[in-house]
Amino acid sequence: MFINQLSVFLENRPGSLREITGVLKDAKIDIRALSLADTKDYGIVRLIVSDTDAAREALKASGKAFTVTPVIAVELEDRPGSFHDLLEVMAKAEISVEYAYAFLSRKSGKAEVVIRVEDGQGAVEALKASGFTLIG
Amino acid sequence: MPIYDPAEVMPREELTKLQSERLVNTVKRVYENVAPYREKMDIAGVRPEDIRSIEDIVKLPFTSKTDLRDNYPYGLFAVPLKDVVRVHASSGTTGKQIVVGYTREDLKLWGNVMARTLSAGGITSEDIGQCSYGYGLFTGGLGGNIGCETIGCVTIPASTGNTSRQVTILQDFMPTFILCTPSYALTLAEYIEENNIPLENLHLKVGFFGAEPWTEGMRAAIERRLNLEAYDIYGLSEVIGPGVGYECSCHNGLHISEDHFYLEIVDPDTGEVLPDGEMGEVVFTCLTKQALPFIRYRTHDIGAKIPGDCPCGRTLVRLSKLAGRSDDMLIIRGVNVFPTQIEDVLTKIDGIAPHYQVIVDRKDNKDSLTVLTELNADKFTDEVKKLEELHELIRIRLESTLGIGVRVKLMAPKSLQRSEGKAVHVIDNRKYD
Repeated sequence: MFINQLSVFLENRPGSLREITGVLKDAKIDIRALSLADTKDYGIVRLIVSDTDAAREALKASGKAFTVTPVIAVELEDRPGSFHDLLEVMAKAEISVEYAYAFLSRKSGKAEVVIRVEDGQGAVEALKASGFTLIG
Repeated sequence: MPIYDPAEVMPREELTKLQSERLVNTVKRVYENVAPYREKMDIAGVRPEDIRSIEDIVKLPFTSKTDLRDNYPYGLFAVPLKDVVRVHASSGTTGKQIVVGYTREDLKLWGNVMARTLSAGGITSEDIGQCSYGYGLFTGGLGGNIGCETIGCVTIPASTGNTSRQVTILQDFMPTFILCTPSYALTLAEYIEENNIPLENLHLKVGFFGAEPWTEGMRAAIERRLNLEAYDIYGLSEVIGPGVGYECSCHNGLHISEDHFYLEIVDPDTGEVLPDGEMGEVVFTCLTKQALPFIRYRTHDIGAKIPGDCPCGRTLVRLSKLAGRSDDMLIIRGVNVFPTQIEDVLTKIDGIAPHYQVIVDRKDNKDSLTVLTELNADKFTDEVKKLEELHELIRIRLESTLGIGVRVKLMAPKSLQRSEGKAVHVIDNRKYD
């Protein structure tokens, strides 16, 4: 019920994200979703890719600091309020969301949202009980 | 560990007597043979006959790098050039290079003090040594080399650079010890880890690291990552090169071969001799060297004599691990900062690699200190919160140690420049006009 997300450390300087995308391009890895978190001095790019294992190998070989994190990907109706409904479920279950980002799925034409929570198992159960479709 | 030379355990009284005799002879010799010394002593109003024992050394004027530069290249030599068999030169990072010379006797002495150094780390003729200091004008390579040959072990003159070849030699030639700079030891460790070479492929028991100041944290990292016992060694080409001071297995200070190199610690401002235990500038007098016997040479290194006897049985005085070179000391907003203090903090924090760089800037007449440190690839976390905590921890620890504000920048692994010799840790962008 979880999918693997790659999180890669970025130095705060021009071209550092380009190095990461370069590694993925050379390994012929497709980026499905991406989100960029930044602070004053550095950033983290979070990615869902076509082949996580291959991406992991490629990043490791290039010496990048990265980690693989299990996240939850939920399918949402492409209509106003659907993300709100999901957060409603999380709030009721008293699960806090650390971060989230959304993208449109090519296949289903539906919206997909990636969420990272503290209590992953609890979130999965709560979402399933409320009829949400999880990906992965 | 074996004592190489009986002088290392000579009773203090006997040692003082020997030092006195040697000083009297050397002062007489330089006064007669080296014009710039004669002038210096005449100006100070000291005659060779005023020097009757080692205590009288304080009457003699200091010498410094400036004297070497002013008399470049051979002006301070105390023997004719026909007796000189070797010269070395140190890169003049802050000006003209300096030249030092050795007679055949001096080279023998160098071999002896380097053999003491290796012997204190347990090295015998049964061992195999890889000398990965630079060979050439720099004293590191040939200094390590002469020590290995004197002790009679197998000598591998690997010199610096070409890390992959160095690591192949480490595996194939089976050296049991290595000599290199501490920063290069880390470069080797990194290469070994990157290429998944098991530490069992290496045969190193001991490493002798010097030529740049380093910390206990760095020692722990090198020992763990190369699986060896790390010994600090100390030297400077003006005195002889490596071999001036060395650690015994107690790892508590550098024993100075003071039967040849007399150590004083002086107040850097007043030049007054400081009591044991107090930090000050390290000053050496060469008691036996023939070609270039420096009298009261001010090294700009900062350290202290460690009071009391060493459990190893050596009677030779111990010099504390150096706080750094006064040349390396940064003055930032009026506060003295040594790069080694920064290294000490960083090596004690989990999650970052020991590589670092210090950048000093000046904007609107205000100095700022930025410390770049590399994130450890294995310890990276996806959570900004945790990275922020690490970032804050580094900043708080640095600030409490240094006493000034610090900006910390987390860098990607292996983004900072690696060293093959002496590491460049400080970039000072301040313009002085």
